[in-house]
Amino acid sequence: MTLLLTVLAAVITTVVWYTSEKARQLKVGTLCYMFWGASIMWLVDAVFEYMELGAGYFTPAAEAILNDAFLGLSVITLALVIWVAVLLVKDPQNIVKQVLKKN
Amino acid sequence: MSCFIVPAAEAVVTTIVTKVIEHNEKKQNEGQLKYGMSISSFSKEGFSKKLKRLNHLLWGGTCLLAFEHLWHGEIQPFFPFVTAASNPVDTAEMLKEMSTVGVSMAVLVTVVWGIMTYVTSLIESRKDELMTGMEAKGVH
Repeated sequence: MTLLLTVLAAVITTVVWYTSEKARQLKVGTLCYMFWGASIMWLVDAVFEYMELGAGYFTPAAEAILNDAFLGLSVITLALVIWVAVLLVKDPQNIVKQVLKKN
Repeated sequence: MSCFIVPAAEAVVTTIVTKVIEHNEKKQNEGQLKYGMSISSFSKEGFSKKLKRLNHLLWGGTCLLAFEHLWHGEIQPFFPFVTAASNPVDTAEMLKEMSTVGVSMAVLVTVVWGIMTYVTSLIESRKDELMTGMEAKGVH
């Protein structure tokens, strides 16, 4: 479930990055790299787990699904927080600089 | 169990290598600027920029995986940081997982980056042909 949610997030952010100039200016690429990097790593984890559990890997318990979904959403939230931090630090449109100058 | 340490170690190495290459490229570009550059060579993407993509993939993935390990209680914010390091049996299992899952993660990320780099250089060479054609016609 965590892998599924991360891949979904990766695909959505990549489409947003590709279609929107504004998104590219706002460093959405950072989010793409984070989600794709994590997706690849969790894919490897999933393959090893599948080799161990066999078909049982695809029939997890309801509690495990819920916990993994909660983890997946938390991972996406963390990635968004990191992205906002990167955006504010790099300040590509000089918004933070302008606000600081005004004060 | 701490498999993310392997891609994290690779990320540290590639980041250092990127910095060194970036420094060398800067020097090289300054030298080339003195003698004049063609439009096509100016628009070419340096290797350091390509390597930066690998860094982003590795650091991004490592960051989110570290959070997952924290979630499952496999790492902790105090010494010895990795829970499995507290007893030899768990440590052996952790090392085994690092050498199998961890190494596979690092290898797959690098392979994906390699394919990505190959595809982008193909796109770039297509763009280069267009630029060279424009230069030959005297279009600036």
